[in-house]
Amino acid sequence: MSTETLYQTWYMTQRQLTAILRQPIFLVVTLVQPVIWLFLFGSLFRKVVELPGFGAGSYLDYLVPGVVVMSAVSSNMWAGMGTLEEIERGTLNRFLTTPVSRAALMNANVVQQGVSTAAQSVLIVLLGKLGGADYPGGVGGLLVLLVASVLLGTVFGAGSNAVGMLVRQRESIIGINTFLLLPLTFLSSAFMAPGLMPSWMRHVADGNPVNWALVAGRSAMSADPDWGDVLTRGGALLALAVVAVWLSTRTFRSYQQSV
Amino acid sequence: MTTAAPAVEAAGLTKTYPGGVRALDGMGVTVAAGTVFGLLGPNGAGKSTTVKILTTLARPDSGTALVAGHDALRHPDRVRRAIGVVAQKSGADPVATGRENLLLQGRLYGRRGPEVGRRADELLERFDLADAGRRLVRTYSGGMQRRLDVALGLMHRPQVLFLDEPTTGLDPEARTAMWEEIARLAGEEGLTIVLTTHYLEEADRLAERIAIVDRGRVVAEGTPDELKGELHGDAVHVELGDTPDEVDARLLATALGEFAAVREVAVDGRRLSARADDGPAAVPHVLAVLEQQGAAVASVTVARPSLDDVYLRYAGRRFADADSGTGASTGGGTGGPGGTDVEPAAPAAGRAGAR
Repeated sequence: MSTETLYQTWYMTQRQLTAILRQPIFLVVTLVQPVIWLFLFGSLFRKVVELPGFGAGSYLDYLVPGVVVMSAVSSNMWAGMGTLEEIERGTLNRFLTTPVSRAALMNANVVQQGVSTAAQSVLIVLLGKLGGADYPGGVGGLLVLLVASVLLGTVFGAGSNAVGMLVRQRESIIGINTFLLLPLTFLSSAFMAPGLMPSWMRHVADGNPVNWALVAGRSAMSADPDWGDVLTRGGALLALAVVAVWLSTRTFRSYQQSV
Repeated sequence: MTTAAPAVEAAGLTKTYPGGVRALDGMGVTVAAGTVFGLLGPNGAGKSTTVKILTTLARPDSGTALVAGHDALRHPDRVRRAIGVVAQKSGADPVATGRENLLLQGRLYGRRGPEVGRRADELLERFDLADAGRRLVRTYSGGMQRRLDVALGLMHRPQVLFLDEPTTGLDPEARTAMWEEIARLAGEEGLTIVLTTHYLEEADRLAERIAIVDRGRVVAEGTPDELKGELHGDAVHVELGDTPDEVDARLLATALGEFAAVREVAVDGRRLSARADDGPAAVPHVLAVLEQQGAAVASVTVARPSLDDVYLRYAGRRFADADSGTGASTGGGTGGPGGTDVEPAAPAAGRAGAR
């Protein structure tokens, strides 16, 4: 990647982050929603830790990574809406007729989404702390959770961008997201300990990237991390993210076929 | 920058969109450096597709395109550095200020340092946006946004500027202002402007050469005067007054047709039109014949052929019909579908046809 591409990535990222900061509604939605989840699920499922075999002291401890990961999925899966808007407004076409590299355009999306996801995750972790959550794995464990949620967000962000670019219909993105979010979250250990899940669900969860992020994060955050789990799940997430971004960059070509 | 080589040289461009829509069918244009070239045609004629290919946004199925001396298909990156593009859709970022939009644009072309800021301020000043430069673009009026779009296209001092329908959607006042600005740009040394429009008046006023585009290819090309000159002669239009019933339209036409000076006489209700090599000289004769026949005359106009007439001749249909997407056949006859008493609503668009 040339230095020019890096410069361009920086300028394009800056543009996107500035735009987000200037739209307070957007910030409020992405930040308030996790808080609501934290509060709602925390109250609703408070007693599940008492089930034999759950294996956690306080449900809030268990819930924080779940909400971090769910929020990473739900905020990134709307990335395609922004891409659609840029297409409809003609902004994407304007950039495509300048010398800006396609990689820089896509990188900027990835970096911006990564920064947003990281900020959102940190906030949830801090709120959890405020509510009395305990993070025995310390800063290192939290960092793993952060990286895992950013990688997972990248997968969904890039996927959403690709859908936006290919299908160019808001309805498709809305439909896909509505269809995916809850099954993906509930077919994972986000809110329920795997030991208490029906066995078929546990098997499905093993192949669910959302669960990979949870396994990696929770393991690293525990008092006694299993770094093997962290590395395998983290590695799988990284590979998936790379593939998703690559595919998403490829959709530029298909987009340019249709303009 | 060489003045001898054309700024744009495209030939044999074809493009079929997924779904089978054939947008270009052997499109070709050559634009001399330093001139304003107009691509004129109705919506869907293929103008925008041509611009998208020349600006490296889209790829043709076949054909060649050289822009500023570079192959747009093989070296799109080189073409991008040489061109400025003002697309139909604004493309400015609404949640950035006008100045920020310009700065980013300059930086994408590799411009760094204080020079970028100076250029941005210079363009804001020039396009009458100095006061609005630090406001978010979403607060701009349509005319202001369009001016910013042109400024964006000029940020890196391109050799060739593409303006795709620069005044569509603007109110008359903003349109006139934009025309003045484009005319001013055209005076700048070395800048080549490729303009697409579906406004006849706009092409006539701004472009030194015009290519009339219809159904994906060029059907006529030349200076506005050359194109009009090929129609041979002026149009003479007569609005008949309360004509006594016994006056027969055909009789009028036959009587007028006996003059060698007048051709292609057509009567449509109360509107009579004909073509004459010397319009003003033919008027007294026409009036004399009409008086003999007992037809009252409400008004007479003599007009140089318009681009509308040119379009009708080359595309085989009226511009307004083609633009609104109605069939090719309606404009063909002398009359059109209007009844005897029905006046065409818009005089500018509804001039009686004379093929």
